[in-house]
Amino acid sequence: MMTRELALTHLPIGRTAEVVKVGLMGLTRNRLLDLGLVPSAVVEAVRKSPSGDPVAYKIRGAVIALRSEESRHITVRLIE
Amino acid sequence: MGLTAQSTGLYAFLEELRRSTVPADAVVALAGNPNTGKSTVFNALTGLNQHTGNWPGKTVVLAKGSYRHQDKNITLVDLPGTYSLLANSADEQVARDFICFGKPDTTVVVADATCLERNLNLVLQVLEITPKTVLCVNLVDEAKRKRITVDYPALARNLGIPVIPTAAREKTGLAELKEAIHQVAFGRQSNQPKRIVYPERLEAAIGRIQEEVERLFPGQFNSRWVALRLLDGDASLIQEIRNYLGKVPAGLAGASGFNFSPLGSN
Repeated sequence: MMTRELALTHLPIGRTAEVVKVGLMGLTRNRLLDLGLVPSAVVEAVRKSPSGDPVAYKIRGAVIALRSEESRHITVRLIE
Repeated sequence: MGLTAQSTGLYAFLEELRRSTVPADAVVALAGNPNTGKSTVFNALTGLNQHTGNWPGKTVVLAKGSYRHQDKNITLVDLPGTYSLLANSADEQVARDFICFGKPDTTVVVADATCLERNLNLVLQVLEITPKTVLCVNLVDEAKRKRITVDYPALARNLGIPVIPTAAREKTGLAELKEAIHQVAFGRQSNQPKRIVYPERLEAAIGRIQEEVERLFPGQFNSRWVALRLLDGDASLIQEIRNYLGKVPAGLAGASGFNFSPLGSN
């Protein structure tokens, strides 16, 4: 089975994925890691805000909103 | 920068803590993620013996309170709720500075039993600074409703510190928590937390810096943790070390001629 990697921004609502890489540096990266967004963590796209950005994600039992400027640097692998 | 209110804030606050009307036999810091019921634990332990105050020089509100246990006066400081101690915000910096430079006799980390995993990041960060830590797993009543069970002995074994389940709202587990704090604060129990081991190259660098920190400030800081933050290039820590050294005898601080600025951003 081929596993598809994509930017977290492109994870459809309702789908779940596994974090492959957090391609950010500095404080933003630290903040995301602190929130539990580390490689192998499971993320679910929960819903979009009216304007489509930010998007709410479920990460380790908490719902966290991320803007596309952050989520597009996070690589995930779809869980079928 | 001189000794402004900001630079002396932490130490003025600590001084006040140790010398309040009822002298504290032990100072205990309460840390934890936001929404873990940390303040409920604080209220349950201290009852009405508490007041809030501003951290001098910073717009961070701290509550302190006290209780008696086994003929000892314990002063409890409720630190701001944070996900991390890596000082991305004023709240995190206050929590970090208090735990590292304030050297509380015990640090209690309050965690949420319903999403324990995301709380353990902070626990590990605190353990990197001080082994004198107790983990309070709160909201066990809510976890039970959600059919979540936690293996506390296994958690205690793996972390190397006491782990106390509580439901502060229902006032359960508080006696055990007080006793665990007592044991750690007065040295009746010495914790042996598992050390986080970094990749080999990083460990080599840590070792070199740690040696230097230890030589310059023997026994003053947790040198391994300071080395890690220096490798991070954490400018706020460097500033706080300067503040801290400003408050210790001049000979110690000045004689070394050690300059932290190469790694800093200022």
